Amino acid sequence: MQNQPSSVLNEFQQGELNAFETLFRLHQRAVYGWVLRIVRNPATAEDLTIESFWRIHCAHARFQPSHGFESWARRIATNVALDYLRTTRRETELPADIAAPVAADAAIGAEIRTKTALAFQRLPPKLRIAAVLSVVEELPGKEVAEALGISVAAVKLRVFRALRLLRKDLQQQGITP
Amino acid sequence: MNGHDEDRMKQLLQQALPPVEGEAEPERDLWPAVLLLLDAESTASPLLRVAWFDWALLAGLVGFAAFFPASIPVLLYCL
Repeated sequence: MQNQPSSVLNEFQQGELNAFETLFRLHQRAVYGWVLRIVRNPATAEDLTIESFWRIHCAHARFQPSHGFESWARRIATNVALDYLRTTRRETELPADIAAPVAADAAIGAEIRTKTALAFQRLPPKLRIAAVLSVVEELPGKEVAEALGISVAAVKLRVFRALRLLRKDLQQQGITP
Repeated sequence: MNGHDEDRMKQLLQQALPPVEGEAEPERDLWPAVLLLLDAESTASPLLRVAWFDWALLAGLVGFAAFFPASIPVLLYCL
C-alpha cells in the first residue's frame, strides 16, 4: 500500500468524499488482495471489499490519521471477512481457480488434498483466518496479529489449534497425515 | 501433536490451499458499487437509522406513562 499525504487522511476523517475516493483508489487493490487471501473466492472478495470500504466510510470519524490508513483498513476488512465466514455454510465447494494446486507434491494424492481443503472449511472462522494467513500465505505474525487485533502469541496459538483440529478431522476420515 | 506433526500439517495445508500469487486485482471498478451503498445509506429514512434500543426505551416510557399517568409531569420535567 502506498503512502498518502496527511491532508487526505485529515479530510477523510472529516467526511470528505473526495478524500475517501482518493484513499479508495490507493488501497482498493491491497484490501481486495487481503480479503481474497482469506475467503479465496474472487467474486466474494469483490463484494467484501465493497462492504469493507462502506464500513470504513461509516467509521471515518473514529479514524486516527496519526495511526495510518493501511493497518486500520486491513483490520476492518478482516472483520468483514470474519463476519462473512461466520454466516456462510461451513462446508462449501472451493472454487477451482483458487483451490487447484499449482505444483503439488506427487506423494500427496488429490483425495488427501481435497479432504484437507474441506476439513479446513469446517474449522472455526477465527482459526481459519489465522491459519490461512500464517501458514498458507506465510505472512509475518505481526501483520496477522495487527489485522486480527490480537497478540503474535495468540496468532501462534490459533494456528496450532487450527492444525490440531485439522489433523483430528483428517484422522476421523481415516487419513493419517 | 509434536513439532513433526505440526510441520506435516502445515505442508498438507499449503498443498491443499496454494497461496494467492502475485498482486491480486478486482476484475471491475468497485467504486460505483461503494457509491451506491453510500447513497443508499444517506437516503435511508431517518426513522430507520434510530437504534433499536432507543425505540425500546421510548416504548417503555410510553407504557410507564400509560400505567402511571401521574408520572407524566415528572417525565416532562426530566426532558
